[in-house]
Amino acid sequence: MSKDFTWSTGSEIAAAVASVETTALAVTEQALAVIAARNPTLNAFTAVTAERARAKAKAVDATGDKSKLPLAGVPFAVKNLFDIEGLATVAGSKVNRAHAPAKRDAELIERMEKAGAVLVGALNMGEYAYDFTGENVHDGPSRNPHDFTRMTGGSSGGSGGAVGGGMVPIALGSDTNGSIRVPSSLCGIFGLKPTYGRLTRARSFPFVGSLDHLGPFARSVRDLAISYDVMQGFDADDAACVDRPQESASPFLTRGLEGLRVAVAGGYFRKGASPEALGALDGVAKALNARDVEIPQAARARAAAYVITATEGAALHLERLRKQANDFDPAVRDRLIAGAMVPSTLVVKAQIFRRWYREQVLALFKDCDVILAPSTPVTAPKLGQQNFTLDGVEMPVRANMGLYTQPISFIGLPVVAVPVALKPLPIGLQIIAAPWREEVALRVAYALEQMGAVSAPRPNL
Amino acid sequence: MPSPPLDDFIAAAAATLDLPLDPAWQASIKANLEVTLRHAATVAEFPLPDEAEPAPVFRA
Repeated sequence: MSKDFTWSTGSEIAAAVASVETTALAVTEQALAVIAARNPTLNAFTAVTAERARAKAKAVDATGDKSKLPLAGVPFAVKNLFDIEGLATVAGSKVNRAHAPAKRDAELIERMEKAGAVLVGALNMGEYAYDFTGENVHDGPSRNPHDFTRMTGGSSGGSGGAVGGGMVPIALGSDTNGSIRVPSSLCGIFGLKPTYGRLTRARSFPFVGSLDHLGPFARSVRDLAISYDVMQGFDADDAACVDRPQESASPFLTRGLEGLRVAVAGGYFRKGASPEALGALDGVAKALNARDVEIPQAARARAAAYVITATEGAALHLERLRKQANDFDPAVRDRLIAGAMVPSTLVVKAQIFRRWYREQVLALFKDCDVILAPSTPVTAPKLGQQNFTLDGVEMPVRANMGLYTQPISFIGLPVVAVPVALKPLPIGLQIIAAPWREEVALRVAYALEQMGAVSAPRPNL
Repeated sequence: MPSPPLDDFIAAAAATLDLPLDPAWQASIKANLEVTLRHAATVAEFPLPDEAEPAPVFRA
């Protein structure tokens, strides 16, 4: 009987395939069997591409020098807003099911497979990514692998559940306001939201063009770094993708913390945080000897991100709202219709504030290399839970799980989300770096992982 | 009884934008619009010089 790779990292699998300890096909068959066994409970996958995966795995096994493939035989899956050749790109919606099948994979899928990875399917998500819960009225909710009665967080809920639940070692998702960092927190895994413009979004379904990012989830920092490295590179098919040289992060992981100045965000980023979030933050801040820093006007930054999201999202979906409003998730529909009605003067004000705020925050990085902040105010809420109480104020879960993530993605800063393995439920922290310094955030995350301060806890499944 | 101003605004905006407006959606759309406008007001009231430029296509 071959070794069980269910909870192996991607780098361990790639090493085993390269050394012919196992085959890509054997690993793929294991992953497909685990997905078949666990998906009825976790509801992470909306499509499984079994035949395609077997064909790709056989091609990897037939490759001569597999050591040149950093992800040789590593199963991965993608949020269902990525184009997969032959499938309609549903983006969590009912409306898009009528779309023609995609003619070509998303660029990031092509780059992952070029590195030897094997796509095994598409993952559940909140409708059109306007969501922090991971619930979906059409496909049913993604379920948290640590407690099936709880949310994964969203909108990349299936990505969180699939990686946290041991179905794949690596998944891809999108993050407009927190949709990688929130499910990473609630599912107890690592996530990377790179700098805005770093990874191409070509052939993925958009939400808010000026805020959309794509990135990986994994159960180890090294897997984040490897997948991030193979996905880098300019792509003229994404108007926001910046033409920068390849800046590999993997070689920097083991450099340790020496010379790095760590700060921890106070003020806004502590207000409303649960004892679990504060305890996790303070523990890691202490381990890194972090000093306090205040991110100025973070509440207004979050408010401005909220306005830009509502209005840009509404503009994207205006025609669908006119013709097919009844096919939307009612909660998404009503937010988008409201967004369509916001006066444009207020949107321009938000964009003016955005540039001012960016300058203030970038100035902070003269005195520090990374800033720590919570990813979410609380651990995973119950499925269907509408409201929670933060700092004595009751507010909707769906709109407010991203309180601490929105002011950061608003100005495109790179963030590594790291899990603190609290019992019974994990919670995540953000390691925020200056633009284009993903390798610094990954280096700090790796050091924390080596210390045992952060880790992806394995659920009882 | 006269409608509150936001109800009138929503009705006028829906008609102008050619958006459907089922009476059953009104309360939810209004609640969402109130929150978004409240957020927008906190941003708009923040004093910045006339020369401050917007970031319509954002580059980090």
